[in-house]
Amino acid sequence: MDEIFGIPAPLLFGQLLLGLINGAFYAMLSLGLAVIFGLLNIINFTHGSQFMMGAFVAWMLLAWAGLGYWWALLLAPLIVGATGVIIERLMISRLYKLDHLYGLLLTFGIGLMIEGVFRNEFGSSGLPYRIPNELQGAWDLGFMFMPVYRGWVVVFALACCLATWLVIEKTRLGAYLRAATENAALVQAFGVNVPRMITLTYGAGVALAALAGVLAAPIYSVNPQMGTNLIIIVFAVVVIGGMGSILGSVITGFGLGIVEGMTKVFWPEASSTVIFVIMAIVLLTRPAGLFGRA
Amino acid sequence: MTELNRRHLLAAAAIGAGAGALPFRSARAQAANTIRIGVMNDQSGPYRDIGGPNGVTMAQIAAQEFGNRGFNVEVIGADHQNKPDVGANLARQWYDQGVDVILDVPTSSVGLAVNQVAREKNKVYINVGAATADLTGPQCSPVTAHWVYDTYMLAKSTGGAMVRAGGKRWFFITADYAFGHALERDTTNFVRAAGGSVAGSVRYPFPATTDFSSFLLQAQASRAEVIGLCNAGQDTINSIKQAAEFGLTRRGVKIAALLMFIADVHALGLEQGQGLVMTESFYWDLNDRTRAFSRRVQPRLNQRAMPNMVTAGNYSATLHYLKAVADMGAAAAKGPGVEVMNRMKAMPVEDEAFGRGTLRQDGRMMIPSYLFEVKKPSESTGPWDYLKLLQTTPADEAWRPLSEGGCPLVRS
Repeated sequence: MDEIFGIPAPLLFGQLLLGLINGAFYAMLSLGLAVIFGLLNIINFTHGSQFMMGAFVAWMLLAWAGLGYWWALLLAPLIVGATGVIIERLMISRLYKLDHLYGLLLTFGIGLMIEGVFRNEFGSSGLPYRIPNELQGAWDLGFMFMPVYRGWVVVFALACCLATWLVIEKTRLGAYLRAATENAALVQAFGVNVPRMITLTYGAGVALAALAGVLAAPIYSVNPQMGTNLIIIVFAVVVIGGMGSILGSVITGFGLGIVEGMTKVFWPEASSTVIFVIMAIVLLTRPAGLFGRA
Repeated sequence: MTELNRRHLLAAAAIGAGAGALPFRSARAQAANTIRIGVMNDQSGPYRDIGGPNGVTMAQIAAQEFGNRGFNVEVIGADHQNKPDVGANLARQWYDQGVDVILDVPTSSVGLAVNQVAREKNKVYINVGAATADLTGPQCSPVTAHWVYDTYMLAKSTGGAMVRAGGKRWFFITADYAFGHALERDTTNFVRAAGGSVAGSVRYPFPATTDFSSFLLQAQASRAEVIGLCNAGQDTINSIKQAAEFGLTRRGVKIAALLMFIADVHALGLEQGQGLVMTESFYWDLNDRTRAFSRRVQPRLNQRAMPNMVTAGNYSATLHYLKAVADMGAAAAKGPGVEVMNRMKAMPVEDEAFGRGTLRQDGRMMIPSYLFEVKKPSESTGPWDYLKLLQTTPADEAWRPLSEGGCPLVRS
């Protein structure tokens, strides 16, 4: 059997694929962050908790209302997105005129509180959530056993990223949004309700996080800390990709998933550090990020 | 548009890492007639359900049931966040402020750090939640007791059972800190001694890992028959779920969850957990005594959880400590920790949760260990009815022999 750098080729292909799958989560989460930062200039540190809420809402829908995975995929982003709208209206909207740091601290605090409430209510061990019957099973690819559900995650995440990019870059609504970030007063003068647009944008970014949470629920246990570990990595992804760059965060998300996957083979102890090493290098050489505008 | 300063982002991340470092109730000034018990554990992270607030409650229950025998008892709790520096600082602060005994301290790296502080301050330290057998081995101390389980006992019971069942070729997935290393080391010894071999191992960063599929695939490529999970809590749950997802278990690879608590089985669900073997020194449904005890305390626990090995251990340790205090008098018990610990070692341990036990010279509490199998969903009658007993190892065989631990306190 062929070997690449002393690792059997089939194993390496498998790891590439796994990296891509994890990258799908990074991409979806950093996408939401990039949308929010790009249009609101708010660094949404609540994002990890909103991801976690997505998974919990999926669990609640199943346990309390008997609604399965497919309903959760639709309803959880709407429900969590609605809470995002409330948070934006009640709190975040008051901070637009202040330094970024305030928004960051506020969202960070809200995130901690949400996590604390869920931890008190549900404990830390997590709750079981099954893979839906339609997506059970696995394909034997020869070099690895590929669970159908993981394949679904990659395809679905790619579709979401593409759709978001299309909306923002190719539609009239997207044009308004982009114009509002450049000069909100002028856009408002043309009769566009800019504050409402911003509120809905925040809600949409939050909904993306919740959607990623629903996707994650069957793979990882649904627990209050599930967003905490992920969110720090995702922030590194956003910084590497370039703050506010949508395409950048998607490409970086998938790319870093692969880099991390490879590190797990060659030097597993460093797999959580490698992303931050890359972040440091990128910041030193391209301070605006790989795809950012300086 | 990026006026935002990246330094802000990094500063915020640093704040995040340090947040919550304060104890939620700090010890007040020393009062001669009050014995202070400080329960330190993970209140907000992956090991919360193993001890956490319920661990504090169980110590409180023990103190209440012990009653007032000429001195007051105050139980306080704090979060060590699984960080050795946080734990060591808190321990120093507590002992200086008049806390007489520190209890629980899961997460072996923190458990070992607090061990150093207790030795230095000559104060009693009863570890319940941490796994590393080094606490009664090279790191043993005259003020330290290790209460309900350790890596040696887990490796011997679970590891031994897996090898006997035919699993000779092992691959370890290990949390990269003191606990994982100790568990891997002890299990490797048993596997090799039984004629098995180790095909490989990976050490993954704790607690920053949620996806184990990469390591599971490496294990599969090594053609191992048994995957030994040297991790705990959520990591174990995720590893088991993902092993099933990637078809490893269906292809006949066996999973050895070397440390598993009943809270983990509860979170995993019987459908995914069935057939796993695990080792505990306490199970609520073991006998009439444990059933009566568990039903009595359960209503007071968060999420109405059944007591597990660690929370029951906090109860047992508190009770035994208080008996020693009553025996020697509160004033003497506030003196050197070595004397309190010697008194504890001289007295037999007896309580409803664990029955009878003895505290050995090196600080090891000697009780039987039990090998369980997780029930099939059809065998379970309801929540928390999860385990059936496979085998009992008597106290004198369950633990590492005194002579092999390398504890400097033991001189023949």
